[in-house]
Amino acid sequence: MLRRYASIYAALWKNSVTREMTFKVNFLLWILVDVLWFALQICFFSVLYSHTEKIGDWLKWEVILLAGAGNFIQQIFVALFQTNMVHMSEHVRTGRLDFLLLLPVNTRFIVSLRQPDLNAYVTGALAVAVMVYAGVKLGLSPSPAAIAGFLLLCAAGVLIHYSMMFMISCACFWTVRSEGIVWGYYHLLQVSRQPDAAFSGAFRIFFTFVIPMILVANVPAKLLADKIKSPVEMLLLLGMSGVIYLMSAVVWRFSMKRYRSASS
Amino acid sequence: MKKYWRLFNVGIQNTLVYRANFLFRSVFGLVPLFATLSLWRAVFTGKQGDVAGYTLGAMISYYLVVTIVDGLTAVTEDDWQIVGDIKDGRLSQLLLKPLDYLTYRLTLYAAGRVVFVACAIVPVAIFIYYHREHLVVPADALTLGAFLLSLVLTALLQFFISYTMALLAFWVLEVSTFIFILYSFEYIAGGHLFPLDILPSAVVKALHFTPFPYQLFFPVNVYLGRATGAALWSGLFIQFCWVVAAYLAARFVWARGVRHYGAVGG
Repeated sequence: MLRRYASIYAALWKNSVTREMTFKVNFLLWILVDVLWFALQICFFSVLYSHTEKIGDWLKWEVILLAGAGNFIQQIFVALFQTNMVHMSEHVRTGRLDFLLLLPVNTRFIVSLRQPDLNAYVTGALAVAVMVYAGVKLGLSPSPAAIAGFLLLCAAGVLIHYSMMFMISCACFWTVRSEGIVWGYYHLLQVSRQPDAAFSGAFRIFFTFVIPMILVANVPAKLLADKIKSPVEMLLLLGMSGVIYLMSAVVWRFSMKRYRSASS
Repeated sequence: MKKYWRLFNVGIQNTLVYRANFLFRSVFGLVPLFATLSLWRAVFTGKQGDVAGYTLGAMISYYLVVTIVDGLTAVTEDDWQIVGDIKDGRLSQLLLKPLDYLTYRLTLYAAGRVVFVACAIVPVAIFIYYHREHLVVPADALTLGAFLLSLVLTALLQFFISYTMALLAFWVLEVSTFIFILYSFEYIAGGHLFPLDILPSAVVKALHFTPFPYQLFFPVNVYLGRATGAALWSGLFIQFCWVVAAYLAARFVWARGVRHYGAVGG
């Protein structure tokens, strides 16, 4: 079972490589775009820290580590899922979803993972490099257990991004055009790369317990930087990712019931 | 003129399709802005005094005015639509009509802004009302007049630059990367992310040799009364020059591009 899906995914990957390699320059330009936006963010924090020593209890390199972690999690999400989330409304509008439903695989699997994004692996690697650099600057030497925990928390973050985006994309079963809403999520992603100490009140509660954007990157970055005060934060992130995933499963089921196909 | 007026009305009706889209965009767009303001609050609580002449209140009003200017002038769908016109060959039928494509696009841009403002006004107004203690009004009629003038120039500059960029679709298959690269420069060098004058003064000076500050930072400064006297007039003049330069570039690239146009599909 698992083996079969692994081989399907390998085939999808191979397809993707072929597709990208037909437009090599474009592939490189997209990497440049991502690098620029990432640099922009680090530039913003550098400017902030040229006027202050600390934001809450966050030092400059800790925030850069956070920006790296946030970007890393986002890029893994992009690499695996993003293109597919954007395409969802297209599948529904054109009725191409019919063909995907007919395939002898789990539909959610194929809808979510059909087209990997290869650029994101490159920018993801860059984010790792930035994290390592920030870690060296901070004099961190995380234990293998801390790194394993970090990766687990990152996976929970990716799961949150994916499940949220998946639910948003499912809106297209009702509104048909949901691209605008899908891109709206990117505005929220920006929140994930900012130090939690800056937030308070209703904003913080909302983006912790309703849309856990503040947890996604902050918790793993704090684990690496040795800033975790209690294990509750980590459990909260893991718990929220589970809850949101389950919600997305319910939404998917409703969406499938709603689907009536189009123009075929 | 009359036909473009009619086109303007059609444009409004067409963009009304995007109203939910615009509403989402403006609501979601306010979230990172709120986060940025929170960050600045945290910066200011951690230190005494101001940041390069900005108090916390001044900083917040800067971002509020940025939001207003951006809502009124940002190019959102237009460049993608131009790229679409060229790539899908829809341009062929437009060329056959007695329309000037640049004026046609400018009219649709204006219509799009009207609809966007109509959709965004409620969330933005709530946001500003929440921060109302920091919203300043232009100091006097001259400031207000200069602001409105530079606002129009900003809109034209934004439009001509995006238009020229989108015309690259005549030559390049995938223009979105170029658009995003330009956008990232506009975002930081235009003063979207933070007021430019908190940067080292050499950097600020260098940036002012580019059109980017005139796409956003300058009108905001005029509004806030941070550009007065000679600086105001020379700023307006330079902004005007950039508009003319961008206009000429747009005309030039169009003239070259149309000759290159192969009419795919059609």
